[in-house]
Amino acid sequence: MTAANPAVPLLEARALSFHRQDEPVFAPLDFELCAGELALIEGDNGSGKTTLLRMLAGLLHLSAGELYWRGEPLQRDDCAGEILFLGHQLGLKADLSPRENLRIAAGLHGCRDGASVASALNAIGLRGYEDEPVRRLSAGQKKRAALARLLLLPASLWLLDEPYANLDRIGIALVNDLLETHTAAGGAALVTSHGTVSFHGGEPRHIRMHA
Amino acid sequence: MSHPSLATACSAMLRRDLTLAWRRRGDIAMPVLYALIVTMLFPFALGPEDTLLQRIAGGVVLVTVLLAMLLALDAMFASDIEDGSLEQLVLAPQPLALMLGMKILAHWITTALPLIVIAPLMAAMLHLPGAVIPVLLLALLLATPLLSLLGAVLVALTAGTRRSGMLLALMLLPLCVPAVIFAAGAVAAAQQGLPWLAPVSWLGAALVLAVVLAPLACAAALRIALDA
Repeated sequence: MTAANPAVPLLEARALSFHRQDEPVFAPLDFELCAGELALIEGDNGSGKTTLLRMLAGLLHLSAGELYWRGEPLQRDDCAGEILFLGHQLGLKADLSPRENLRIAAGLHGCRDGASVASALNAIGLRGYEDEPVRRLSAGQKKRAALARLLLLPASLWLLDEPYANLDRIGIALVNDLLETHTAAGGAALVTSHGTVSFHGGEPRHIRMHA
Repeated sequence: MSHPSLATACSAMLRRDLTLAWRRRGDIAMPVLYALIVTMLFPFALGPEDTLLQRIAGGVVLVTVLLAMLLALDAMFASDIEDGSLEQLVLAPQPLALMLGMKILAHWITTALPLIVIAPLMAAMLHLPGAVIPVLLLALLLATPLLSLLGAVLVALTAGTRRSGMLLALMLLPLCVPAVIFAAGAVAAAQQGLPWLAPVSWLGAALVLAVVLAPLACAAALRIALDA
């Protein structure tokens, strides 16, 4: 990881907007996200939260505006593997077990130093379900299997779309813990949620989206 | 931070698709059964006349194998798009074209290879002379990956559309005509004792071109499909 000047934000958006059939999905957005920061994206259903995250991840093209990564105009090659996106579709193969799914993810993205598939599955609370096909897991367990990627893969920016959906109270606390450890270690995260969320580590930044 | 090596990523991808295919073995058996049934029906429909069957044997086996491959083609990227695996693959710090190349290879191994294995049996059912069977296998070994690669591009192009099956079949037809002509031409030439190297070389050349270009085209098409 390149040593970044702490004053330079990890990710900066200027007048960012997205158009679908020439209609803007959300009003132009400006925000900065520094290392160690957590921002909560708020908005009503259909206000473009998921669209924004998909755009930041590089799945959607920007319609207007600019993105800067560590102060430089964002080039997808520069931040390849530095951004971890977790969307509504969890990216798990239903016929494979959580262990196999994570192994593939590690094979493609690499592993954090000191992290292993087994320890990630333990920490996320899937002990005993490692070798069960994902299709037989409950919705919450599937979500946990997808969240285990956060523990395993190296990435400095997490883009989490509704990470709390389907999780029980322990699961929600677990996600908060993950976010806290991640930001404490100099990572950053953008999280969407329409529920009210309480973090241990003080009040997070809020990015409000308007249609 | 170091990304995993290309070899690690390629083997992870290949193993993933092969494991998935193995978990759904029934789907692999389908094209094989289909090809066997079609070949078995020809002698019943045309009568057990050796000379007639011999003359059509090469063509029938080739066309049957290519059609059987079509059965499994449109599933190549569908489940990955549905469950979000493709998004994760696009965002991985690996060359997308190479990863898709591995997917296509896995698809070829799971659908075309079993068909090539039973091709001698199919040829024997139609009384194709034993001496011609190696040429038939060579033609299949070149024509089937060509079809997998061309098919993958079209599947990727139609990935965003609903009910793409019909569109896919219409688009694939003109593309697989040359493959069928050259492969069947090689078998026919071998049967008549003529040199068969030229059509096989054409197939080989087309395959080399497709190996290089098709994964790149797939990657571009799938990025567009996700960008909507």
